[in-house]
Formats: sequence, structure tokens, C-alpha cells
Amino acid sequence: MVGIASMRLKPVLTLLATTAIVLSACSSAATAAPSQAAATAAPSQAAASAAAGGGSITFGSNESDKVPKAAVAALVDYCSKQTGINTTINTTDHNTFQNQISSYLQGKPEDIAKWFAGHRLRFFADAGLLTPISDVWDKISANYSDAFKTASTGNDGKQYLVPLYNYPWVVLYRPSLFKEKGYTVPKTIDEFITLAKKMQADGLVPLAFGDKDGWPAMGTFDILNMRMNGYKFHIDLLNGKEKWTDPRVKAVFQKWAELLPYFQQGALGRTWQQAAQTMYSKKAGMYFLGTFANQQAPTPADLADTDYFIFPTLGTQYDSENAIDAPIDGLMLTKAPSNLDAAKKFLECAASGPAQAAYVKIDGSIAAAKDADTSFYTPLQSKAQQIIAASGSIAQFLDRDARSDFAGPQGMQNFLAQFLNNPKQDLGKLLSNIQAYYDTLPPEK
Amino acid sequence: MGAPAGPVSAGQAGAPARSRRRSHFSVLTRSDRITLAAMVAVPTFLIVFFILLPTLLSIILSLSSWNGIGGLDQIHWVGLTNYYNLVVNYQSFWPAVAHNVIWLIFFLCIATPLGMFLAVLLDKEIRGTRFYQSALFLPVVLSLAIVGFIWQLIYAPDDGILNQVLHTTSTDKGFIDWLGNPSLNLWAVLVAASWRQVGYVMVLYLAGLKAVDPSLREAAAIDGASERQTFFQVVFPVMRPINIVILVITIIESLRAFDLAFIINKGINGLELLSILVTNNIIGESPEIGFGSAIAVVLLLVAVGPIILYLSRALQEEEQ
Repeated sequence: MVGIASMRLKPVLTLLATTAIVLSACSSAATAAPSQAAATAAPSQAAASAAAGGGSITFGSNESDKVPKAAVAALVDYCSKQTGINTTINTTDHNTFQNQISSYLQGKPEDIAKWFAGHRLRFFADAGLLTPISDVWDKISANYSDAFKTASTGNDGKQYLVPLYNYPWVVLYRPSLFKEKGYTVPKTIDEFITLAKKMQADGLVPLAFGDKDGWPAMGTFDILNMRMNGYKFHIDLLNGKEKWTDPRVKAVFQKWAELLPYFQQGALGRTWQQAAQTMYSKKAGMYFLGTFANQQAPTPADLADTDYFIFPTLGTQYDSENAIDAPIDGLMLTKAPSNLDAAKKFLECAASGPAQAAYVKIDGSIAAAKDADTSFYTPLQSKAQQIIAASGSIAQFLDRDARSDFAGPQGMQNFLAQFLNNPKQDLGKLLSNIQAYYDTLPPEK
Repeated sequence: MGAPAGPVSAGQAGAPARSRRRSHFSVLTRSDRITLAAMVAVPTFLIVFFILLPTLLSIILSLSSWNGIGGLDQIHWVGLTNYYNLVVNYQSFWPAVAHNVIWLIFFLCIATPLGMFLAVLLDKEIRGTRFYQSALFLPVVLSLAIVGFIWQLIYAPDDGILNQVLHTTSTDKGFIDWLGNPSLNLWAVLVAASWRQVGYVMVLYLAGLKAVDPSLREAAAIDGASERQTFFQVVFPVMRPINIVILVITIIESLRAFDLAFIINKGINGLELLSILVTNNIIGESPEIGFGSAIAVVLLLVAVGPIILYLSRALQEEEQ
């Protein structure tokens, strides 16, 4: 019933949706962002000096923080020089970029945009908002492990992402503290609990924890679920193929409730940064988070006095699988790039070791390409790389593996907060509420 | 057209020939008519396109399921399903309604009267009144985003000043989790919101008090009325227009409450509010525009209620 007219009406509807928000929110909901969001368009300096004839492309970046922003600039500089393509970076505030991604991709996006692997990629690939890059992958696939290729592949079997780097979820600790108190790194959950009790006796919080932002607790769920029920069950659960009412999920929450006494209390009022500070001030002995938590180290000396270990095994059949969360970030090609050939050439360059080395040299994550130079890796980067290499299956993190509305503040963020508020509650009821919420979500396509 | 010297003389200045042709408009010149048309058309346009049309479309969209991707042919019409899910299945809905009501009652019973009380005190020209006025008004100048930031520093679990002073940080025995405890954080946020609301009401009310004819007070004093009686029986009734403005502002501020809770934890875990539910559903990677619109319609109905009540009372009084 609707054809061309519908296309004309759509902006009006979008306007209405926006107006509805403005009417209800009315003030500074969005004002938190604009100061940083003020999109900064600056042509890459290297590109200016690059040989002419490579064409020009645009690059949408969500890396508004100082360190990753410099890393993006380094990567773009390198590839602009290599390919002679003039690249203009447009940086948007990180959270704003995510919130507006669907209208961004439908509007006039840059040719190449920085994004995440997993369900969050497949969703937009299914919606037809991305250009498949299987032909690019024919050239670059030798430079990636299969896990990266799988994570870059859409439901239609085509590839949509060029992975740049990833970073594992680990237990962070201060070696100096462990040495001083005579602690050893725990390998199994029993050793972990023994250590935690020792720390409590020493007046330390065993495991720092902050979940005010809603997502950090997901990491704990992920690791426990993968250790107890395996990677496949975890992914199937997040994609709706398994039910939240399954007793296996209940067992995960029961295990978590057993471990909660060793977690820092009051997590829901504490940001992950504040939790990291309690570890760095040596009030907490350990901290389970992505390796980016080390960016909170107050001084370079504190950073040097940071180490990781992999989350302890739980004594199940999945211990050997050793699955972890190690989210992959990469580049995707938007629906209608202005210069398709140049954009693909740029992506090929981004898949090369030297390009990614330029990136991770600055931001400290782990290059995805096989031929990336790792000789300059800091001890922490090498450790993270070993941890990733040692894991049999790599998940992307709950909010990347599941549909985003389910993972969002009205979904899992809310349910995990309910659990943390009262871990002794009727878990069966909580889990059936989670399943009921999942079931009310409209089909994605 | 030769512009008439002034609006008053404009009527007489109209050419007789023209006034005969359009006799019923005889007192209006052409420029008057253009002015009038513009005065009617511009507000009408604004109201229709920025208020009525979006409202109507919100209501229509609330019957749909749409993630905002693709054209209108991607919209599935689902009837009242969104409303059913909202009331029956959506866990955040009833808490949000309750929190909005608590917010309104708290503002009506505590924040607003406190602001009025402070205004009355400051109206007494006590020493340092300008200092107190500025101090109390300061939070109003700050955006709610900054108010939220300030109070988060105060309420922070470990290094927050409040827990430091009370010795209730997470490592202490009587740990108070101001922002994370769902039965406490709403009240913590209400204190922060009132910090601003009190100053706002105070300034409005103070302006109203200054405008009250001093002879009324003198007359009351001569008649032997006490301070109390003067305020409640003379000044307060005279201030009726200001009182209504303040009442309306209080209701609006309560219904649109959003910023503080959103900044703290995106409105989950005890801080659910209707406006936040709308935002969380409509903004995001895969928005549910239909469901979000349904919540917006509920919010609209809630907001329209007091307006109708007020209008009907105002009209009744005019008839009398």
C-alpha cells in the first residue's frame, strides 16, 4: 500500500519520533554529548602529502577519546600513505555514534565506519545497510584466523567487517600486592575462593566491581555461563535458540550468588572506573574486566605494576574449551560508498599487519592480523595476546552477541541489576521474566 | 503601500473606494490584515506542525511495530499489542508510573512549599538577602546534567563526600549505597532535583511578592492582622496568578523529570521514569519506535489530565 509516498513521509515520521523524545525529555538529555560530539572533520595530514590519483574516501570514527582517537589517526595516516587515498576522518562521540547508528547508516554515512563484530554487525548486514566485502576477504583471509572470519560474517555467509584488533576480558591484579602478601595466581575456582577469603582476612575487597553503567556485570555472566555450559550454549542462549528458563542458566546465577560475597558490594552505584581505582589503590585485590581497565592506572608505574590472569576454571567439562570474551572492533563498508574501489583498497590496507600495528601501538589492544609486528608489545599486550591465543572459543560480549534491545537498559542491564540487588531472590521468577521480555521483542526482520 | 502613520489612525486613513468594496473590513487596512493573518497563521502553523501533528503521529505509531529501518512498508500494524505489553508484560512500566507520581508529590509537598517559604523569608529584607538569593538561585543556573554530576560526586559509594562524612563507605559496616540501592536512590535523586526546584520556585515567588501592592499589607496591619493572617488571607489570595504558574511548573517539572535519573544509570534499578522509558525505547541501535510511542502516549494522557482539570475550573470561574 505504500510506495514512493512512504519514502517522502519517512522523514516526517522520524521527526515525530524525535519530537516525542524532545517533548518528554525536554532538556539536556542529549546535551551531555554535543560538546564532545561536535563532529570534527579534519583531513588526514598524511593524506595531503600522499600521491594524487588514489581517490578520496571518508571515514566515520566513534573513537572520541584521546587515546583511541590518536590510534585511528595513526592507522588512517598509514593507509593513506600506502594507498595514496585521501581519507577524511569524521569523529563522533562514542555513545552518540552508537545511539544514532541506525539513522546514521540510513542517512549519508561516511564510506567506511568503525564498528563491532557479532550480532551488532549481522543486524545491520541483514537490514541491507552495509556493503558485503567478500571480495576483500578473498585477498585478506590468509591474514586472519577462522575465528575472526566467522565474527565478520553475516547471516547470508558474506563478510562485512575487517577486524582491526581485540582485547580479552581478564582478571587484573597488582603483582606487587600479590608479592607483598604472598598470594599466588589462582587457577581453579577453589583456589580463587581460598585466595578471596585470605584477602578478606587481610582487610581487602577480593574482587573490585562496579556496574553503574549496566554492562560490566554482563562480563561476569558471560564467563560463568561459558565455563559452566560451554560456548555453544552461551551463544545459542543469547540468540534465542535456548531459553533463559533452562535450569542450566539458573545454575549460573546460583554460582554467581555463591561468589558474590567476594565481589565489592554496592556495585550498582559504582562506575567501572571507580572500581578500577579501588584496585589501583590496593583496596581491592583483583578486578575482572576488559584489559582496557588498565587505562585507569594513575601513573605509568602503576600500569607497569599491573598483570592479568585468565578467569579460573570451574571444574566442568568446558574447562578445556577455555572460552572467553574478547570483543573485536573493525571497519565496515557502508551501503553506498562514494568511491567503492578506493574504499575496498583502503580496507585491504587496514587488514595488513603494519596498519594494525600502528593502531595497537597507541591504544594497547591486540592486533587481529597474523602478520602484525608484535615485537614492540608491552608485557601486558603480550600477556593479553597469550590469553587470547590460549582460548578455544571467543565470544564478543553479551551486548554484542545478543540483540541490542535485549541487552540494553530495559533488558539485561535491568535484569542483572535486579539480580545483584537481591541475589537470594526467586531466580526462577527472574529468569522467566527475562524470557518473557525476550518473547515480547518484535522479530528483528 | 504607503504605510499609515500609526495603528490608531490606520482605520480612518483607508481609501473610501476600497472600504466600500469590502465594507465589513472597513476598519482594517491591508497591512493590518497581513499582520493579523501572520499572527494567526504563524502560531497555527507552529502548533499544527510541531505539536498536533507529532502528537497524532505518535498515537498512530503507537499501534505499530517498527525498528526505524527501511521505509514505511517495514511498519507492521499490531493494534493495541504495544499497550497490552506495556501494562501486562513490561516490568519497568508500573515502577515508572509510581516514580513519576512520587516525584510529583515530593515536589508539591516539599520542594515547592520550601521554595515559597524561602521567598517569603527573603522578602523580609533580612540582612544579606541578596547573598541568600544568589546562593539559592545558583543551582537553577546550572543545567541538570551538571547538577547530576555534582550530586553523583556527593553520593559516590567509596569516595563520595557524604559516605566519607558518615563513615558509611562500602568497606564500613553500615554501608549506604545512595545511587545503587533501588529503594533509596529515588529519594537521593529527589533531594538533588529539589536543590534546583527550590531555587526556581523561590525566584518566581519572590518576584510575585515584590509585585504585591504594599498598601494591602499596610491596610491589613492597620486592621490588626498578624503576619500569618496577612500572608494567608491577604497576600496569598492576591498572588493567585503566580500560584497557578508555580503549580503548573511543578507539575510540568515532575512529568518531564528525566535528566538526573538518566545521567545516573539510564533510568534502571529504581530510577525508572516514563520519559526515560520513551527515550530508551526510541533511541538506540535497534529502536522500538512503536512501543516507545505507546509510552509517550501514556505520558501525554497523564499530562493532559491536569491541564483539562485546570482549564475546566478556570472556565467555570469565568462563567460565574
